Amino acid sequence: MKQYDLIIIGGGSAGIASAIGAYNEHIESILIIEKDKYLGGILNQCIHNGFGLHTFKEELTGPEYANRYIEKLNTCDKNVIECKMETFVVSITRDKLCTYTNALEGYVTVKAKAIIMATGCSEKTRGNIETQGYRPKGIYTAGLAQKYLNIDGFLVGKKVFILGSGDIGLIMARRMTLEGAKVLGVAEIMPYSNGLNRNIVQCLNDYNIPLYLHHTVREIIGKDSLKQIIISEVDDNFNFIEGTDKTFDVDTLLLSVGLIPSNPLLKQLQVKFNPKTKGPEVDANYQTSIEGIFACGNSLHVHDLVDYVSLEGETAGKKAALYIKNQIKNQNNKVQLVPLNGISYLLPQICYPLNGKLDIKFRVKEPYGQCKIIIKNNDNIIKTINKMYLLPAEMENIIIDSDILTEGKLSVEVETK
Amino acid sequence: MNTYDIIIIGAGVIGSQIARALSKYQEKVLVIEKNSDVGDETSKANSAIIHSGYDPKPGTLKAKYNVLGNKMFPKLCEELDVDFDKIGSLTIALDDEEMLKLYKLQELGKKNGVETEILTQEELFKIEPFVTKKAVGALLAKSAGIVNPFELCVALMENAIDNGVKLNLNEEVVEISYDDKYIVKTTKDTYKANIVVNAAGLYSDKINNLIIEKKEMVLPRKGEYYVLDHFLEPYVTHTLFSLPSEKGKGILVSPTTHGNYLIGPSSEFSNNKEDVSTDKETLNNVLKEAYRLVDDVHKEYIIRQFSGVRCYHESNDFVINMPKKGFINLIGIQSPGLVSSPAIAIDCVEMIKEVLPLHLNTTYNPCRRKVIRMNNLTIDEKNEIIKKDNRFGTIICRCENISLGEIVDSIHRNCGATTVNGVKKRCRPGFGKCQGGFCESLIVNILSKELGKNPLDICYKNQGTNILLKETKEDK
Repeated sequence: MKQYDLIIIGGGSAGIASAIGAYNEHIESILIIEKDKYLGGILNQCIHNGFGLHTFKEELTGPEYANRYIEKLNTCDKNVIECKMETFVVSITRDKLCTYTNALEGYVTVKAKAIIMATGCSEKTRGNIETQGYRPKGIYTAGLAQKYLNIDGFLVGKKVFILGSGDIGLIMARRMTLEGAKVLGVAEIMPYSNGLNRNIVQCLNDYNIPLYLHHTVREIIGKDSLKQIIISEVDDNFNFIEGTDKTFDVDTLLLSVGLIPSNPLLKQLQVKFNPKTKGPEVDANYQTSIEGIFACGNSLHVHDLVDYVSLEGETAGKKAALYIKNQIKNQNNKVQLVPLNGISYLLPQICYPLNGKLDIKFRVKEPYGQCKIIIKNNDNIIKTINKMYLLPAEMENIIIDSDILTEGKLSVEVETK
Repeated sequence: MNTYDIIIIGAGVIGSQIARALSKYQEKVLVIEKNSDVGDETSKANSAIIHSGYDPKPGTLKAKYNVLGNKMFPKLCEELDVDFDKIGSLTIALDDEEMLKLYKLQELGKKNGVETEILTQEELFKIEPFVTKKAVGALLAKSAGIVNPFELCVALMENAIDNGVKLNLNEEVVEISYDDKYIVKTTKDTYKANIVVNAAGLYSDKINNLIIEKKEMVLPRKGEYYVLDHFLEPYVTHTLFSLPSEKGKGILVSPTTHGNYLIGPSSEFSNNKEDVSTDKETLNNVLKEAYRLVDDVHKEYIIRQFSGVRCYHESNDFVINMPKKGFINLIGIQSPGLVSSPAIAIDCVEMIKEVLPLHLNTTYNPCRRKVIRMNNLTIDEKNEIIKKDNRFGTIICRCENISLGEIVDSIHRNCGATTVNGVKKRCRPGFGKCQGGFCESLIVNILSKELGKNPLDICYKNQGTNILLKETKEDK
């Protein structure tokens, strides 16, 4: 059986960055397994610009951003990093056996000292949100419509409505408009948008596409092909408000109603999952509840910006390499991270004192104006940060020094005046 | 003019069973189906249960064919290589009054010739630990099973075509007249035949009324369901039924042959045969009723809702007759129609024999070519197959782990897939967690390549449901 130091499952932004991170720690062999023909993952279909502002201080398209990392990967020693394309991993085990299949080799099992999961996320579907009515052709997740348009070169419809104001939905509103489709509106069930503010401005406002906040699709009409949708305003309990129906004649409904980390392989292993992130729980080394199995990128938690995915991937790769080199000490004095008032989730879920800089990532449950973020270690305030605003659409992070931590709890909360 | 011995109108499970049953004979058979695929209406949107037959009223056609059909299913599914699992059904009682009703049901079963067992609470919890803790007992029918209803229709028709039957899809019957032979006019052509079999399901009344004086009426009765994804935690292993009522068999919770779970159906008369919409209120009631069977419905695994329409006849029984020499009606075949279908087909053939002598087809083969299901094989078996055809090594559907080879095979068989939904029904891409979000565009490409069609001409389901509107770059 062939052995590798590290196997990385997924060759998207997280996977590539983690390979580079691990390579820089001088381990002997790395295998990246990617199901698609190309590295870069979902970036390849994101042909709009706006990627890389943080890392490269310039606006790149998705493929350009991916290429920056692929070029870096190509400068690495080919004897160390191997990529298997159009290869699909069917199972992994706690012993780090990894079984994959492709047309060339068939089913093959290989062994690794560590595995990094970089399998990305999937889009929520109509079934998940239980949109009622008929089930005709013409309803797509925004990412699928984007793939048809940007990879395959086909437009799926010309009269479009978009449910959900997630970033892909907003990007697709502009993209389909530019290809000659008429986008009649975007409905968002929450009273605020779930997309980045710059996307609301550049993708909706600039094209006069109305955003219906606190609205959702009530009914889908059309047996074989989509004919109409009815949207309604909802109250604070998300019940439809009678008399607020609006009907739109459409041939396409795009869903941009959320992303869920995709981890079927980890689910087989019964790794501990976080109910909020829907991804695996990890410690400050990005290690899951199974020793030697790491996770990063959107399969860990859904990110807003790819720059943060790459950074996280690089760190996870580095930590996995340290683990392979036996340079990660198993620490018993754990600190459990606890999200309190206003915080939806914290990541990592576990950290350790005396473990260098700790990067805490989090999202808030709802929008906040001027407020304070208070971080406590066992009820002692260790840091307070003033914020002008906080939005659920934006991932926040705070870096603290783990040297000051003591075993027990580390909590984060939002305080308003 | 095209002349056939027998024309079957409708390729649902009934039409498909009859087509296969007739393919044992040399007579020329044509099946006309208005949809783009077989089994695309009532036959695909139901509970997929092979009922044991303890509850239809004794003496009815439902009782007769259910019991006969149930016995035929194991062999049928083996010949056709269709997923079938005799998991048994449990009808759940929640109090003493309901327990009494179980005894009555058991009596009913005896009259129909179906053996059942009454289980105490303790016995029930032992064999079905995920039933509601409120249950006080149950009626166990060991002969009940589950089948893959999509695959069943496809396999029946594939086997029928293998044995010489002709299938015309996307063609609707608009007129039937009689002049020495039946003259069947469709949206595309006109055909002559000695025998017409009306297996048009929801529209069997309309087909009858085209030529028969005694008018019939089919009342659509809608059933809405939830589908759960497959998951790792153990869950129910039997089909769990509520006690039957006036409206039908009540809500069930059941595993499917692919490890998903069905919760439903509701049962409401509708004034529209085409109404396959779902609504929140009805589905909320479905969930509420499901809590009478299980304490956890695993809402977090809901991946889809759907609705099917049953063909109800005012007699509340199957209507199987020959109102005119050579014209056979199969009307009102609602539940337990699926389980009854092979037995109905046999009787239908007997009815035909009264009018038209049938001659045995000596080359008839009751088995269809085995389907390669990679998920059921060991790694060594998989690699043997991949050595011969490496397309079986490439995974296209990542939720259900379906290979390119399996999809291509489903397209090139007789009665093969021509649409995205056709591929979904035959080998599952699109049935998983992503509901096609990741693989649909790949399926469009595969269909286009294998059928030699422009991607713009690939449909989701019926004609006119083209997925792609236009190419954005002329120079591609």
